[in-house]
Amino acid sequence: MALRRMRNRAVPAETAPVIPTEVIDGGAIPDNDPLFALLLATGGPVEVDRITITSPALDEIRQQGIQLIVPLISQGELIGTLSLGRRLSEQPYSTDDRKLLAGLAGQVAPAIRVAQLVRQQEAQAKERERIEQELRVAALIQQTLLPKELPQLPGWNIEAYYQSARAVGGDFYDFIPLTEGRIGLVIGDVTDKGVPAALVMATTRSTLRSIATQHDDPGKVLALANESLVPEIPPAMFVTCLYGILNPETGDLVFANAGHNLPYVRSADGVRELRARGMPLGLMPGMVYEVNSAKLDLGETVLLTSDGIVEAHSADGEMFGFDRLMELVGKDQEEEDLISQVLEELRRFRPSDLEQEDDVTMVAIRRASSALESASAFGDEPGLISTFTYPSSSGNERRAMDEVADVVAGLGMNGDRLERLKTAVSEATMNAIEHGNHGDPAKLVGVDVLASTKRILVRIRDQGTAPVPAALIPNLEAKLAGEQGPRGWGLFLIEKMVDVMRTATNDGHHTVELEMSREGD
Amino acid sequence: MPGTKFTASVRKEASGSIIDLGGDIDRSAGVDLAAAYDDATGSGNGTDPVVLNFSQVDYINSTGIAVIVTLLAKARAEGRPLRAYGLSPHYEEIFQITRLSDFMSIHHNEPEALALT
Repeated sequence: MALRRMRNRAVPAETAPVIPTEVIDGGAIPDNDPLFALLLATGGPVEVDRITITSPALDEIRQQGIQLIVPLISQGELIGTLSLGRRLSEQPYSTDDRKLLAGLAGQVAPAIRVAQLVRQQEAQAKERERIEQELRVAALIQQTLLPKELPQLPGWNIEAYYQSARAVGGDFYDFIPLTEGRIGLVIGDVTDKGVPAALVMATTRSTLRSIATQHDDPGKVLALANESLVPEIPPAMFVTCLYGILNPETGDLVFANAGHNLPYVRSADGVRELRARGMPLGLMPGMVYEVNSAKLDLGETVLLTSDGIVEAHSADGEMFGFDRLMELVGKDQEEEDLISQVLEELRRFRPSDLEQEDDVTMVAIRRASSALESASAFGDEPGLISTFTYPSSSGNERRAMDEVADVVAGLGMNGDRLERLKTAVSEATMNAIEHGNHGDPAKLVGVDVLASTKRILVRIRDQGTAPVPAALIPNLEAKLAGEQGPRGWGLFLIEKMVDVMRTATNDGHHTVELEMSREGD
Repeated sequence: MPGTKFTASVRKEASGSIIDLGGDIDRSAGVDLAAAYDDATGSGNGTDPVVLNFSQVDYINSTGIAVIVTLLAKARAEGRPLRAYGLSPHYEEIFQITRLSDFMSIHHNEPEALALT
């Protein structure tokens, strides 16, 4: 008796990937071959000559001169066969032979099965590690390219939220500084996931960044981005993207949309959609993008979102949907933190044990309803509330004084302390006009008002290069006696009027910073 | 918005002269204020007080302080008392900080400013 060869067949696996090394065995019996079912049904040694069915596998077996096939069965699965040629004695296989072979097969089958499972699990672990590694790379690309900090716009509160799915999607958002204090707003979503999506996201982001600084028309920016992305993006992929230009001073938002979710505006009257038509980027060249504009009034919030929100599923398989999101944006006008509201609703909708299917990205841009609101959003660290510039001509110190007074009065400062700050602002601005900028109207004085919950800061900046002299205490007796000139009160007054005065000279600027505590206001 | 023009007009009373000030006091007020002072003191008794009425003044800056210092130096040189009333609490504080109030008395109203001998 000779054990000619053992045939091995890959275990059919629904969920695990099929491992090539185990499949490449020309002698395997396919599981759709009638012989497969016959061997499984018989369960014991079968003489090839006695098989009457038509089977391609059987033809091959006959050609190889095999006389007896012993199926190896473990837990009801055919995992291989023992195939025997003719006996050396030229005698047919006896009943004892068959018993012996059947016994042997019964012992060998489980051992082979175990060996197969071990190999399979090793391969699966390697594959999992490879996928994890790829996800880490994709997450890294994405995190590197998302903005590290949010822009600080006077009178605006900007918040962003990004939570990647386990299989990192291609969501992104960006803020692009433009001329005249305007800012470019981007939110986008690359179809596909993982490293390929992250790479396309990176390309799209840098393409938009370079085009946005050269064109003021958002439709043109998207059209040019599309032209440049079409040859760069794999055919099956595309990018949805909204691009808008916000003028923080007026609240005007001009925007175009390459097939991305519509932004919603929370306003006093409820909610409105910002519609503009356009095809996703990267699909085909020659696309044109409709441009529309909107005005964000005081207290209004525009919410930009990605698919991860509206396409989230509940336990029953229901989608979150646009209607639900829109309704949410339209209610609870009083609540300022729109992102938290949406996240809370999303958590209620999607049970926590359900995996997040796609990246969830939101950007909320809220125009403060008042200076007070802007300041309270900054917490302990003062943030910019308002900014002014004045040509260096006499009299503008009064404009600065009155305009700063309006802002800080809005922050609740009043009475003596307001009057003191006004005098200090006027004096510091006059110094900037006359000393720092030598009364040259072409040189500007910048005045910034910053506030936190605790403090108000006013920074007055000129283009002077010589250090600001220390405040001397003027000697009134000497002045009255004609021993000193009558002037020289400015810095002395400033220092007396405010809680703290700081001066700095660097990068071709003097800056005088006036600080007042907000306690008691 | 930037400023209201400085005005100064003189009223003569039995016990002294009053200069009614209006608008903004800054360096540009110097000439008019000096002229008003001369008008107030031109024909009067050499030691009659001159009273500055600040009640219509909105704004005084450091150059305005210098103008007042100049006027005060002149009055002191002549031995003439210079007094003030009608200052807002804020500018009264500034007169204290600059010590102007050490050299010119600050009063609540006109009769009080004139009554002092």
